[in-house]
Amino acid sequence: MRIRSRVLVWSAGLSATLLCTIVVSARIGPVGIDTGTVLRATINTLAYPSGVSVDSARAGLWGYSVPVPVPDLGYTRPFDLPVDSSEQVIVRELRLPRILLGAVVGFALATAGAVMQGFFRNPMADPSIIGVSSGAAVGAVAVIAFPVAVPFGLQTAAFVGALITAFGVYLIATESGRTPVATLLLAGLAIQTFLGAVISYLLLYTGDSLEEAVLWLMGHLRYSSWADVEATLPLTAVVFVVLLAYARDLNVMLLGEEDAQTLGIDVEWTKRILLAGASLITAAGVAVAGIIGFVGLIIPHIMRLLVGPDHRILLPTSALAGATFLVAADTLARAGPAEVPVGIVTAAVGAPFFLFLLLRKEVHAL
Amino acid sequence: MSHHSHGAPAVRAENIGHSFGDVPVLDGVDLSVDPGEFVAVVGPNGAGKTTLLRTLNGVLDPDEGRVTVGGDPVAELSARAVSRRVGTVPQHSHVGFAFSTEQVVEMGRTPHRSRLDWSSDDEPVERALERTETVSFRDRPVDELSGGERQRVLLARALAQEPSVLVLDEPTASLDINHQIGMLRVVRELVEEGKTAIAAIHDLDLAARFCERLCLLADGEIRARGEPDAVLAADELATAFGTRTAVTRNPVTGTPAVAALPDRPDVDGRVHVVGGGTTGERVVRALWRAGFDLSVGPLPAGDRTAALAAELGCPSVTAPPFEPVSASHREAATELASEADALVVSDGAGTVPDVAGRSPCIRAAFTDGTAGGPTTPARGDGGQPPTGDVGVDRSVETEAGLLDAVGVVCGVEPE
Repeated sequence: MRIRSRVLVWSAGLSATLLCTIVVSARIGPVGIDTGTVLRATINTLAYPSGVSVDSARAGLWGYSVPVPVPDLGYTRPFDLPVDSSEQVIVRELRLPRILLGAVVGFALATAGAVMQGFFRNPMADPSIIGVSSGAAVGAVAVIAFPVAVPFGLQTAAFVGALITAFGVYLIATESGRTPVATLLLAGLAIQTFLGAVISYLLLYTGDSLEEAVLWLMGHLRYSSWADVEATLPLTAVVFVVLLAYARDLNVMLLGEEDAQTLGIDVEWTKRILLAGASLITAAGVAVAGIIGFVGLIIPHIMRLLVGPDHRILLPTSALAGATFLVAADTLARAGPAEVPVGIVTAAVGAPFFLFLLLRKEVHAL
Repeated sequence: MSHHSHGAPAVRAENIGHSFGDVPVLDGVDLSVDPGEFVAVVGPNGAGKTTLLRTLNGVLDPDEGRVTVGGDPVAELSARAVSRRVGTVPQHSHVGFAFSTEQVVEMGRTPHRSRLDWSSDDEPVERALERTETVSFRDRPVDELSGGERQRVLLARALAQEPSVLVLDEPTASLDINHQIGMLRVVRELVEEGKTAIAAIHDLDLAARFCERLCLLADGEIRARGEPDAVLAADELATAFGTRTAVTRNPVTGTPAVAALPDRPDVDGRVHVVGGGTTGERVVRALWRAGFDLSVGPLPAGDRTAALAAELGCPSVTAPPFEPVSASHREAATELASEADALVVSDGAGTVPDVAGRSPCIRAAFTDGTAGGPTTPARGDGGQPPTGDVGVDRSVETEAGLLDAVGVVCGVEPE
């Protein structure tokens, strides 16, 4: 079967799986809701943007505060199917944003993981291999320790911290226009270690907010909002399309940089695109959900076993499988009597599976 | 082919110089390859062969000099433009994940497709697979292939690029002899069809057999270039490889072949050998290995001792076979013999007294081994000349004895 039809078939199948998982997940919670209601409530939630107004929020630091204009998108909801109003609120305001954010974050992390594993030609690489998550953590924990009253201050700080770190590691590893992959890996490791120290130091100053900081570091989707979805979904979608456009170049890069160049790839440019793209969507995901491990490591690995190493099919299937996996894991995380951070679930499920692969010798040597 | 302006070399490197850090690798290298030529770059390990090839395909931008492909400077072309003209067959390719043969060959189409074009334009891929006889394992992962199969896949990948120039880095290294020949034969055929090929080839014999021109690279400089015969015979070859070499002929193909000779001590002593056949050959070989300078003759043309002496580059006098040795040949041989410190007569040579000159004469009649000629019946105390031989000072029956005796005459201590 030709590559395009394989991509279509696999993507259609995995999209259907994702949709089913979303519906099942929306049924589950302290209040059980039947499938029909979930579907109707979801359709009622569908909306299209219908205008922009500017709200004024107040931003402040250490007692000073200034008004900040915040653009606000107005939406129109065309459907109004009969649903119990409290169930409608539960589905629309609590479950759907959380589920969709989980899907977007899983999608982003798995995509970034597949790209990084290809980029580093190492099946053990994960999205944060060049320090993106550590950078995000420094930003997030700093804001938790020293609160600033800026809208989305935590997410913004994490996002900026992630990008600064990724860019810094890239600069450290780059010499006269070339970025050797091995140097990048080691520089990323060194910076992660250093930022680990910074995070631990900051944790000492979190005081009453220690629990919040630790929760963030474990990765969770508890306070998901539609605003988070609105911020991450478009960014993830755009970056994903760019990365998919470079999927064939990534295939060729797997043959080694020198071979790739003799096959007509502009190697350094391609590396920059891949690194920037993978770092951006990882940063977006981590900024809203904290450090959720194993999705970006395990999912691309499983998909590579199933569909092969061609990134044209590996990227979309990993993305969709990552979305499904994180939605399912988060459902598990909140289904118990006491909610646990979803990062614990992904790690608890992922690590044994990884050992299973290791013992089956599916994981190649480093 | 199409993008060559008339008369322009397919590839031209002008005054290439490059260093890695403080280590100079290439120094003032000029190389010009015409369309339809197959040129081998030969030279010892570390001579800079791979580095030179990497400047030709644009992977390495040299510190000095410039490379043009079809008249255009490589440095000013994009990687994509270069890869449409130059296909590279690397020495190794490490495929981290399990791509199939067909997928790897299809990657050769990269320079011809736009980024979003995921179609499979099968035509060039199919041709490349067939050409290299890789069709039979098109669906197998390349990491499960043997070295020879993988090398053919890399050649197929380069062919899928549809380049006019092929650059091959040690395409036969680590292959069995049959795969080496198969690989180079395909390249040769492609060259016959109009492609240009430049290959770093370790094996001098294979290079001489398949390429019309050799280019000897040593210590980053081109030391000799030209037709295989000339380059292989050049003194620079021995210097470049740091070993003595002998140029022979491949008995089947008739192309020159090079044998690296074993290290031998440098001994101060000239020996003239008279008498051919297997005994003469043994004498020459033993004395040459021991480090003596040799001359031989007169010998009938075609005699194996004469052939060996020629391969070793020893002066010799050969006369037409099956007729009496003429006076002029005898004279020439006598002159060689008179310059020698010792004369060795291999058993059965009837001409001893005539060329003996003033040198002490040692008669060799080996009794050990199977290759000896007629054996001497006397097994007397070493050093006693057999009766009846005029002018023979000493007779020996073993190679060790021969070396001893010659050593004594020339004043060389045995090792």
